[in-house]
Amino acid sequence: MERHFDTELDQLKQQLLKMGALVEAMIDAAVTALIERNADQLKQIYENEKQVNGLQISIDEDCLRLTALYQPAAGDLRFLLGTSKINTELERLGDQAINICEVVNKLLKEPQLKPLIDIPKMVAITTDMVRDSLNAFVERNVDKARAVLMQDDQLDDLKDKIVAELTEFMTKDSGSISRAIQLILVARSLERIGDHATNIAEDVIFVVQGRDIRHHAQDM
Amino acid sequence: MNNKIEIKKLNLHYGKFQALKAVDLPVGENSITALIGPSGCGKSTLLRCINRMNDLIAGVRIDGRVLLDGRNIYRHGLNVPELRKRVGMVFQRPNPFPLSVYDNVAYGLKVAGISDKDRISQTVEGSLKGAWLWDNLKDRLDKPALDLPLDQQQRLCIARLLAVEPEVILMDEPCSALDPIATMKVEELMLELRKKYTIAIVTHNMQQAARVSEYSGYMLLGDMVEFDLTANIFTNPKDSRTQDYITGRYG
Repeated sequence: MERHFDTELDQLKQQLLKMGALVEAMIDAAVTALIERNADQLKQIYENEKQVNGLQISIDEDCLRLTALYQPAAGDLRFLLGTSKINTELERLGDQAINICEVVNKLLKEPQLKPLIDIPKMVAITTDMVRDSLNAFVERNVDKARAVLMQDDQLDDLKDKIVAELTEFMTKDSGSISRAIQLILVARSLERIGDHATNIAEDVIFVVQGRDIRHHAQDM
Repeated sequence: MNNKIEIKKLNLHYGKFQALKAVDLPVGENSITALIGPSGCGKSTLLRCINRMNDLIAGVRIDGRVLLDGRNIYRHGLNVPELRKRVGMVFQRPNPFPLSVYDNVAYGLKVAGISDKDRISQTVEGSLKGAWLWDNLKDRLDKPALDLPLDQQQRLCIARLLAVEPEVILMDEPCSALDPIATMKVEELMLELRKKYTIAIVTHNMQQAARVSEYSGYMLLGDMVEFDLTANIFTNPKDSRTQDYITGRYG
């Protein structure tokens, strides 16, 4: 039996995917601007952020309304809870893109400190993690969600390496301090992007299997 | 938690039709166990096996075991009226006798041969208090029970059960004739009764099962598809048929 509720849930899912696509584009534009030292795309990021903020509010309103009106259970209930949580993660991903944007605006006013090596590696991993976590949600694919979780450690290691390297720059040359700090902030934002993608992947596993794996709540 | 009742491999045939298929069900002591499932799934039939109400139907054949405190109630020589005193039942439509409020509650005692008026009065008061009716009705005990609003009639039927000191209360759709406020009162009463009695309830109202019961069993076509903590059934059922039913996709 086709339920009207299914149509509502599907519309909600489409809204969340639209938000995901906007956030992915924001992150992509911010890191591209950083790596290519080109500010052309930054304006679009702020435009996207307004839409993302609007979607965050309307998605939460829909989750509340559907929960109140349909009294969902089981898989439907987990879907609504999961959607509300992923909604929050997506909005925070957008905030991290904005943070990177602001750093790029500052960095572009000064000569490049050093060629970027590990930051592009972090970018590649975070881009994969965000895309895969959203695809895992669309496909209800637990294996793909688990693969996202596995990547988070690499990101943490790269961030530690970047911080160590830039600390060395700052120790040797005080003229590098402001730029090194900005790059550390970028690494920090990328690490946070990985954390949010990880949270989305954990939410996907909850939605699909009803298992809460956060903080090793159950053995993986 | 101890199991007050354990149903094991229970089969029930109405003539050639098999209404229950090797059903297992534990009913925990001092808890509420809900049976849910679509019409005709066998949940009321299963409930009625617990106090042998199905014995009254011609052509019924039952095998398997229903243990009450570890003893099979289908054993040879069991005193069925005594069983029904221990395991009382509340029905879908309130069914008070066409007597006064007082006489409804006192009925079971009188049938049991108790004539001590003080004792009867105490039991009537205690039972009406137990069903949260005393404050409403203490000045109108001689009022005809059939003049009461439906939810009070239903709670009067519960008081009538309490008077004979049952151990188990079976409820077959006890709120389906009641409006939401009256339903809430009966549900609150069930949660209170749970402290002293073991309750098994059949309900079509899944939110009711979710609100009041600790354990739920989902039945379909005479099978016990899934039995688990109610919290698990309503958040993460293991069987896709349970999921389909409680999310309204069934049918």
